[in-house]
Amino acid sequence: MSQNTKKHHEPLIHIVKRDDMVWWQAWGIRLAAIVLGVLLIGIVSAVLTGESFFEVYGIMFRGVFGRIFEGKTSMLWKFGQDTVILLCLGLAVAPAFKMKFWNCGAEGQALIGGLAAMFCMIQFGGKLPEWMLVPLVIVSSIIAGAIWGLIPAIFKARWNTNETLFTLMMNYVATQIIAYYVYIVGGGSNVINPVETGALPVIGKSQYLLNILIVAALTVAMHVYLKYSKQGYEITVVGESQNTARYIGINVKKVVLRTMMLSGAVCGIAGMLLVAGTDHSINKDTVGGQGFTAIMVAWLGQFNPFVMVLMSALIIFLRTGAAKVADSNMLNSSFADISVGLVILMLVGCEFFIQYSVRLRRAKKGVEA
Amino acid sequence: MANQAAIELKNITKTFGSVVANKNVNLTANRGEILSILGENGSGKTTLMNMISGIYFPDEGEIFIDGQPAVIASPKDAFDYKIGMIHQHFKLVDVFSAAENIILGLKEKEGYNLKAAEARISAICEQYGFELDPKKKIYTMAVSEKQTVEIIKVLYRGADILILDEPTAVLTPQETQKLFAVLRKMRDDGKSIIIITHKLHEVLSLSDRVAVLRKGEYVGTVETAKTNESELTEMMVGKKISLNIERSEPKDPQVRLEVHHVDCTNREGSLVLDDVSFHVNAGEILGVAGIAGSGQRELLEVIAGLQKTDSGAVLYHNPKTGNVDLLQGKTPLQIRELGVRLSFVPEDRLGMGLVGNMDITDNMMLRSYRKGHSAFLERRAPKDLAEHIIDELEVVTPGITTPVRRLSGGNVQKVLVGREIAAAPTVLMAAYPVRGLDINSSYTIYNLLNQQKEKGVAVIFVGEDLDVLLELCDRILVIGGGKVTGIVDGRTATKEQVGLLMTKTEGGAEQ
Amino acid sequence: MIVEFISRAILLSIPLLYGSVGEILTEKSGHLNLGIPGIMYSGAIGGVIGAFLYENACGNDLANMNPFLAILIPLICSILFSVFMGLIYSFMTVTLRANQNVTGLAITTFGIGLGNFFGGSLIKLVDSDLPSIALTKTSKFFKAELPFADDLGWFGEIFLSHDFLAYLAIAIALAASFVLSKTRIGLNLRSVGENPATADAAGINVTRYKYLATCIGSAVAGLGGLQYVMAYADGVWSNNAFGDRGWMAIALVIFALWKPSMAIVGSFLFGALCNANNYVQGLGAETQELFKMLPYVVTIVVLIITSMRKKREHQPPESLGLPYFREER
Repeated sequence: MSQNTKKHHEPLIHIVKRDDMVWWQAWGIRLAAIVLGVLLIGIVSAVLTGESFFEVYGIMFRGVFGRIFEGKTSMLWKFGQDTVILLCLGLAVAPAFKMKFWNCGAEGQALIGGLAAMFCMIQFGGKLPEWMLVPLVIVSSIIAGAIWGLIPAIFKARWNTNETLFTLMMNYVATQIIAYYVYIVGGGSNVINPVETGALPVIGKSQYLLNILIVAALTVAMHVYLKYSKQGYEITVVGESQNTARYIGINVKKVVLRTMMLSGAVCGIAGMLLVAGTDHSINKDTVGGQGFTAIMVAWLGQFNPFVMVLMSALIIFLRTGAAKVADSNMLNSSFADISVGLVILMLVGCEFFIQYSVRLRRAKKGVEA
Repeated sequence: MANQAAIELKNITKTFGSVVANKNVNLTANRGEILSILGENGSGKTTLMNMISGIYFPDEGEIFIDGQPAVIASPKDAFDYKIGMIHQHFKLVDVFSAAENIILGLKEKEGYNLKAAEARISAICEQYGFELDPKKKIYTMAVSEKQTVEIIKVLYRGADILILDEPTAVLTPQETQKLFAVLRKMRDDGKSIIIITHKLHEVLSLSDRVAVLRKGEYVGTVETAKTNESELTEMMVGKKISLNIERSEPKDPQVRLEVHHVDCTNREGSLVLDDVSFHVNAGEILGVAGIAGSGQRELLEVIAGLQKTDSGAVLYHNPKTGNVDLLQGKTPLQIRELGVRLSFVPEDRLGMGLVGNMDITDNMMLRSYRKGHSAFLERRAPKDLAEHIIDELEVVTPGITTPVRRLSGGNVQKVLVGREIAAAPTVLMAAYPVRGLDINSSYTIYNLLNQQKEKGVAVIFVGEDLDVLLELCDRILVIGGGKVTGIVDGRTATKEQVGLLMTKTEGGAEQ
Repeated sequence: MIVEFISRAILLSIPLLYGSVGEILTEKSGHLNLGIPGIMYSGAIGGVIGAFLYENACGNDLANMNPFLAILIPLICSILFSVFMGLIYSFMTVTLRANQNVTGLAITTFGIGLGNFFGGSLIKLVDSDLPSIALTKTSKFFKAELPFADDLGWFGEIFLSHDFLAYLAIAIALAASFVLSKTRIGLNLRSVGENPATADAAGINVTRYKYLATCIGSAVAGLGGLQYVMAYADGVWSNNAFGDRGWMAIALVIFALWKPSMAIVGSFLFGALCNANNYVQGLGAETQELFKMLPYVVTIVVLIITSMRKKREHQPPESLGLPYFREER
């Protein structure tokens, strides 16, 4: 610890918190992170598969959109469907996260919503006319999701019970309930045969069109809710500072409960879209872990619904595309998870360069930074 | 030993974003002396000392220790140079014992031995006359005990340059005298002691030399024996000022708010308000004086409906209806629904009064967003109000959409006070509204409070500067250890009288 | 049957114990690592790859295998994989100060993907009929019992019949407990998690402690994955078989009140609950599905109870989940 050796020890790299960055600079950095991640995936794929670097992207593109230039749109519809389901779950968790309530339970809330839809479709199918049954399916799934979201919120509001772990555990409880239900209805076969009664109607060319339209409407509605409604404003205040919220007379507990009901309800809609709008059946993997991906969609989209549209599209593109690359080269399909994980890590990491700036000390002597 | 430079700063500059905290500061502290760093709040004293103790790293300039150039890049480096800092906000781990906190981060030869450490701590206590139980957990301690832990922590490491940041802010006069005695003992041991303060009388009674900072710049160093209060004030504020705060006679004082025998227990279970009774008139400023943490915050929060009471009553005389309403036990929202126009400028501006990440318009809405039956927000009126306040109070901001956390302390306070006054209150409570503000902004705030008073508002002003309290307030309520120790007339009371009342029950409350 | 039940519960509890002790070490430095499930997957697949390579190098002949190497190679591979994941997590959250929850979830996605990718690739490589890869030879070395365990009846079966990784888990838990409460390193680590600004001011290298705690914690958690494959599953890897044990390990941390020694008790209880459905008589297959809910419901109940009893010493480290930046103003 001699003091002489310290003389030249002046730290070379110095990290400073930035003032706010101009929005286009921030998004420029995020875009760069995405590009870097996508390039990395391309390089890794090229090395693993022996395809040429550019061909990898060709496979990805064709894998996602199919032969769209020849007028075949089925792959495009599927892409749209996958995107809106992920987006819907992202829209659901956004208000909760904005309130700093870590709702990791979108998976379970969507499953329970889907279960409610399935239950109504099976139980009342043929007994009620379709015009009554379909609304019943929709409403019951919304209510079921809301209740599933409300349970952890009650304990959070009353005893400040850690919601991250609570919601996480609720996912597995939901999964087991579905497993139980499927076993009973499927009679041990672990499959429920598709039920057509009470399913959402098909409009237009694709069965996915209605799902896409519903989520598009939801996106606009969520944007308006968060930005222009009084309740949305309360969510922001509670998320920024509970002290301030109390100071201006916001009932924090009420906002927590209300927001989690909303979050659960939108998850319920996602479950309903999957069950009544797509599969017409249900199983443990109906949501397929997208509840977690949705958290990242909401976070990376900065809780802005329109940015979240782009983020879900990006993730679905990478997932489908990377799976296709893996598929056509005898790689395991989990390559897709790795790719998505990689790009998300890039995006999460790049926030550092938006909030902080790294200065080299020697270089800037006398120069105004 | 004396007059030998222990530490020397040359042309130190430090900026945070666009804020210059220190600019070309030069300073020398000698061995065997007590050096005061004097300056107003926000003059850059703490930032400067943080650079000596390795918390911040200077953008420019050099530090010399014992004449040798030194690089202090981390607190560890500071220890190696035998520099120890006692921060204003104690850096202690709450769930640890005193001894665990003291030996934290050390690499002693005998390994991890709490018993040996406790024995050494007791020896240090004896040497300098401290009282401390090394096994006591920090979260059960009183502030003065925590400070003792901090000082012993530094001594335990063998520091011979000690920096104390506003050490007396949380102490009673008796505790302050005790601390000063200890510091003098250390000086006589040949240690170099730097004490940051803005209290002139402490500077004069304790230090050998005084260095003055103003707005981040170094003004000069003088020997205490050859200076006086007015010269130091002049150095500190730039020109000689007499406070000269206008004070009009209260017009038609009627009781607006009554507090009867209020008891209040905080979350940790200690009694923070003990049988508090007083009243506030319309058209007067009631000052609240007391040592920091004597229950001032809880008192205001009880009135605002943010803190539950154990017993007692808070009564509001409604000038419109003539009714007397009970406020305690109600939420802020219920209080507002009663038609009580209560405005509150809390101590924690960005943590309670405002939302740092929201812009000025959205912060204006905090009070008014509920208006109307629509489910949606109405941003036009808040925007007009924001523009009006920026204009009227000369808020310096890049624009109306700038997040308030990017404004300077004075401007943040103007936004907050402006909003609270815009609500046309009948009761206005302000906790430390000029803390951290420059002289000009402080006067803006005093004038605003006076205007409110003349409009017939009942103003409650919690302050720390006795001179201000005595010149601004009509009556001063003194609070000590959660009890009202006296209510005096602001026009006739003396500083000594108030100071005495502030400490009256301290001794009793400790036991 | 009681004896078998207890013995089985212990076996089931070991991966959870590894996972939760690893997570406790990480959380003590102030980092809530939700990447633990992914890290346990990568620890498992690391071991599988190591074992696969060594078995192949020995020509898939048990006689050629050196018991010492058969254990050491998978062990080192497992640690390398999980530490690599831990390093990514710490780089993101400590150096880049990224949001811990989002980073953790991304690490879990990444780690599970990594596990299944390599697992799936190996399965394809050996051209197996089943969707799994069996490393039974390596598993034999891992599962070597104490020679006299069988002679001691129920005592032997409960306490002495386990693989060495099970005893290592308990040893690590006890050692972690000792280090945290009785050594200077433990004191420093706890201070970093409670109040990093204080630790920093006391001259503790906060960044180094955070990195080390996260990486060592990841290595320990990864061993849980290894023990699962090599001992519990008899060396058979199939994709997604490890399931959601990682999340349970995280839940256990709360149950154990951040004490590694309590995690031993907690993991045994969880192991017993996971296992109970096989030992309760007369359960239909559908009720069994409901029974599998039990550990999660118990975790929720524990979560609620600890949150209701707000004891100061039983709370999470104070700065858990918050990034630390020295020059924060």
